[in-house]
Amino acid sequence: MADKILKELTLKIWRQKDAKSKGEFKTYKVHNISTGTSFLEMLDILNEQLVEQNEEPVAFDHDCREGICGTCSLFVDGRAHGPDDDVTTCQLHMRRFQDGATITIEPWRCGAFPVIKDLIVDRKAYDKILQAGGYVSVGTGGVPDGNAIPIPNDKAEEAMDAAACIGCGACAATCKNSSAMLFVAAKVSQLALLPQGKVEAARRAKAMVAKMDELGFGNCTNTGACEMECPKSISIEHIARLNREFLKAKFKD
Amino acid sequence: MSNFFTSSIGKKFIMSITGLFLILFLCVHLTVNLLLLFGADAFNAGCEFMELPVIKVIEPILALGFIIHIIWASVLTLQNQKARPTKYALRNQSKNCTWASRNMYILGALVLAFLVLHICNFWLDFKFGDVANETVTQYELVSQKLAQPVYGIIYIIAAILLGLHLSHGFWSAFQTIGFSNQIWRKRLEYVAYFFAFVFAIGFSVIALRFLIFGA
Amino acid sequence: MSVLDSKIPAGPLKDKWSNHKAHIGVVSPANKKKLDIIVVGTGLAGGSAAASLAELGYNVTAFCYQDSPRRAHSIAAQGGINAAKNYTNDNDSVFRLFYETIKGGDYRAREANVYRLAEVSNSIIDQCVAQGVPFAREYGGMLANRSFGGALVSRTFYARGQTGQQLLLGAYGALNRQINAGKVKMYNRHEVLDIVVIDGKARGVIARNLVTGQIERYGAHAVVLATGGYGNVFFLSTNAMGCNGSAAWQAYKRGAMFGNPCFVQIHPTCIPVHGDQQSKLTLMSESLRNDGRVWVPKKLEDAKALQAGTKTANDIPDEDRDFYLERRYPSFGNLVPRDVASRAAKERCDAGYGVNNTGKAVFLDFKYAIEQLGRETIEKRYGNLFQMYQKITDVDPYNYPMMIYPAIHYSMGGLWVDYNLMTTIPGLYAIGECNFSDHGANRLGASALMQGLADGYFILPYTIGDYLAKEIQTPKINTNAKEFDEAEKHVTDRLRKLYDIKGTKSPDHFHKELGHVMWEYIGMARDAEGLKKAIELIAGIKKDFYKDLRVTGEFNAMNNELEKAARVADFLELAELMAHDALDRNESCGGHLRTESMTEEGEAKRDDEHYRYVAVWEYKGENQAPEMHKEPLEFENVQLTQRSYK
Repeated sequence: MADKILKELTLKIWRQKDAKSKGEFKTYKVHNISTGTSFLEMLDILNEQLVEQNEEPVAFDHDCREGICGTCSLFVDGRAHGPDDDVTTCQLHMRRFQDGATITIEPWRCGAFPVIKDLIVDRKAYDKILQAGGYVSVGTGGVPDGNAIPIPNDKAEEAMDAAACIGCGACAATCKNSSAMLFVAAKVSQLALLPQGKVEAARRAKAMVAKMDELGFGNCTNTGACEMECPKSISIEHIARLNREFLKAKFKD
Repeated sequence: MSNFFTSSIGKKFIMSITGLFLILFLCVHLTVNLLLLFGADAFNAGCEFMELPVIKVIEPILALGFIIHIIWASVLTLQNQKARPTKYALRNQSKNCTWASRNMYILGALVLAFLVLHICNFWLDFKFGDVANETVTQYELVSQKLAQPVYGIIYIIAAILLGLHLSHGFWSAFQTIGFSNQIWRKRLEYVAYFFAFVFAIGFSVIALRFLIFGA
Repeated sequence: MSVLDSKIPAGPLKDKWSNHKAHIGVVSPANKKKLDIIVVGTGLAGGSAAASLAELGYNVTAFCYQDSPRRAHSIAAQGGINAAKNYTNDNDSVFRLFYETIKGGDYRAREANVYRLAEVSNSIIDQCVAQGVPFAREYGGMLANRSFGGALVSRTFYARGQTGQQLLLGAYGALNRQINAGKVKMYNRHEVLDIVVIDGKARGVIARNLVTGQIERYGAHAVVLATGGYGNVFFLSTNAMGCNGSAAWQAYKRGAMFGNPCFVQIHPTCIPVHGDQQSKLTLMSESLRNDGRVWVPKKLEDAKALQAGTKTANDIPDEDRDFYLERRYPSFGNLVPRDVASRAAKERCDAGYGVNNTGKAVFLDFKYAIEQLGRETIEKRYGNLFQMYQKITDVDPYNYPMMIYPAIHYSMGGLWVDYNLMTTIPGLYAIGECNFSDHGANRLGASALMQGLADGYFILPYTIGDYLAKEIQTPKINTNAKEFDEAEKHVTDRLRKLYDIKGTKSPDHFHKELGHVMWEYIGMARDAEGLKKAIELIAGIKKDFYKDLRVTGEFNAMNNELEKAARVADFLELAELMAHDALDRNESCGGHLRTESMTEEGEAKRDDEHYRYVAVWEYKGENQAPEMHKEPLEFENVQLTQRSYK
């Protein structure tokens, strides 16, 4: 419970000037890090140190730092969001590391997520998939009362399980095939479970899968790695539902 | 159905359907093979059954199933490789998925290599060689081959590889066709392990029988 | 008439909005196609506005500094969203929601705005349900509600502890639909750094492409700011790291006046600060106070032992626990409004009863709720919050009480807007947390989501038409106009100035220093002497900042340090204004506590005679004192009373 001090850590960090440059690993050392510090705060400390030495700090994506915005995205010691389970990198704390450890930090590696700088990648692909159909086509106003359509508690809960996706990209980043199926499934499944979303379920599944394929993500081989690394523990049962929805839609065509 | 077979889920659907079909074949194959344990007459009778016209019709379909399964697996694997142009320097995959699930293509390739040997060993003889010429019975051919340590051991290893392939493949096939949910997922996983175990042990026992007790 | 015209419609309170809507201008569908609107920010307010405006037919250009509109900080709102549905049959009504919001805001908000907010609250719930937001449901399939601070009825709709996320994803879905339809042009990773004003009207923005470092120009017939709050002026807050006040601040410098800058909300239930390496504070949802009981030890020696680590919470028997909120406020108990709960925690900690090693924490205990309802129920209600708490602190809240302490959470102050949500620059609108309007001096829980979506879905799409109806003759805005040249040069010069200082300290260094001063002197309790000192200290930090700042990296490329430097530069100026505003308002109200103005029991004491107004600040130029205008607040439908939650 009480925080300890990690006297020295060696950081092997991917540095890359911009999308066009070739990157490389650089090694840094940080000292006297409290185990109560978060992983990103540890990187803040490194960056302060770099600024002091008049070097350019390591660029990494982060924003809310409470595990919900989905901005942070590091591959730490061979795992998406690091060695802890069910957390984003910003929720990862240094108590997970031993004093004297060497920590390898890489950006998401996925063809559809090109590196922009250092550890920052471009995840526009996920936006594009959702733009293709990850919504209920309803305009503002003119909708029925919230209680007009009862939704069974278990359906609402299951939809919520899927809707918890934060779009961080860990699923595609960790998948050996760089497949985005869990991400796509989370949205398709959420909306397929709710009466509001059922109306255009077929169109949605087809459009989103087509966009996913077009953007160069790999094909799912059901390894289940995505659900293990998903910081929101989204289950691959939703992938089964996506498959169902997609096949149903295609067989009707 | 437009673009169905070029979509990722469509391609996997093909893997899934062919895979399930091949599992069906394996069931028949193992059943007949297990007759080896009950002596020459039983096995030879089983082989007679395999000569029925209905089986003859299925044979080319089976071959097609293999070929499609292999080609699509190669296409998918190639695409998957391309989806990650820069590899990770450090990966710790053992934490998040099983070895078999990660190495289905390698397992499949090894099983394929065995398959080629297997066809050379038996199928050609059954169809065009000594068995077809009725110089030996099916039982004699099989028992003599498996009694040789090299073949016996290769067959046991292949059975284990096949089991590993199925331990993921069986469940995965159902997942791909959408037949899985919170309840069925666990059940299917258990069934997959059961199948994998039965095939691995079933085929191994036959080889072991001849390795230990001779033809 | 002063410079401020709030444009509050005449007539009875309950008819104001419908009368107003009936009489304002409307743009025909054919003309909407010819009109461009810029929306800055894609949170609940910006996202819903951009989507709704595009649905109407306007050409919308939207900006966010994040890598995707889905990541705006609305996503972190946990507890829920209020609406006067009265689904629970506990005598809720539009009037009651209005009344509780006005009272919760300590009578420093406009009646007409707040009533309108309560009026449209129900439509928000319907809209979100239609979008597929998975709100919590009862077993019968109906929407579930829970209670929140400051309310006597149960009117908060929720989706586990992730309501903000689900509502934002709903708005983001609507936005995506319009992006797909080509009606919204979305610019991710773009930060708006200036507003372009031509002939007195807002006509565009200057934005920096955060990936390439390019300065870009965008023109439109109207500009909507939905850039959120400025809580990060305190460095440590529950805001996201990137949240900033820069776009609003530049609008201020271009002539949009700033309302009540000193009104910031301090949220009572945050995870306490653990050390000086900390970058950010994490909020634990207010909904936890539904079932958690707040306490500190009764005996000072127990508190000392807790601080020294020689005793644990479980060593202190129930009779030695001081449930101070229940003791002081028997009728609301643990569910008093945020400002009251925060001050009570500070009071206990200042008296020496804090329970962690820094002495700055109180317990939020679920033992009693678990005993009563069972662990499973609690897990269902708060499972994800408990997990989050455990991941951060390494303490299991099922077995040991949570430790919490107040932290900066929300800014009620913001750009002054009239009833149409337009700032004092014609054609420039401010919606959501970015404006000052609906929460007075203190916001009630679950009301921020309500306001953001009300503005974006149901208010701005109507009121902006009134302005644009007069703009249908205006051709596409020419971004080669000299005003764009001037604004772009202004932005480039400003950034260049920061970049060229070439000192020795990082932007974060100055931000932290500023934060310390803000928390110390303009935090939970303020007094004249401290505020004057703060003004001096801030001036000192500002001087150092422009002398010793170091911005590493390249100027024309992705450069997080340059982004931070520009934000800190604006925070330093905003901080000064906040201090002046706080000094000027010599009364206590809501989140603003002047120690000079307290009741004998230590509660905030308003001075309605002298301070019943919105303090609206006008920028007068570099190194010139800003001018304060007053918008008097008229209360015709509620009686002003000393707020009591006893």
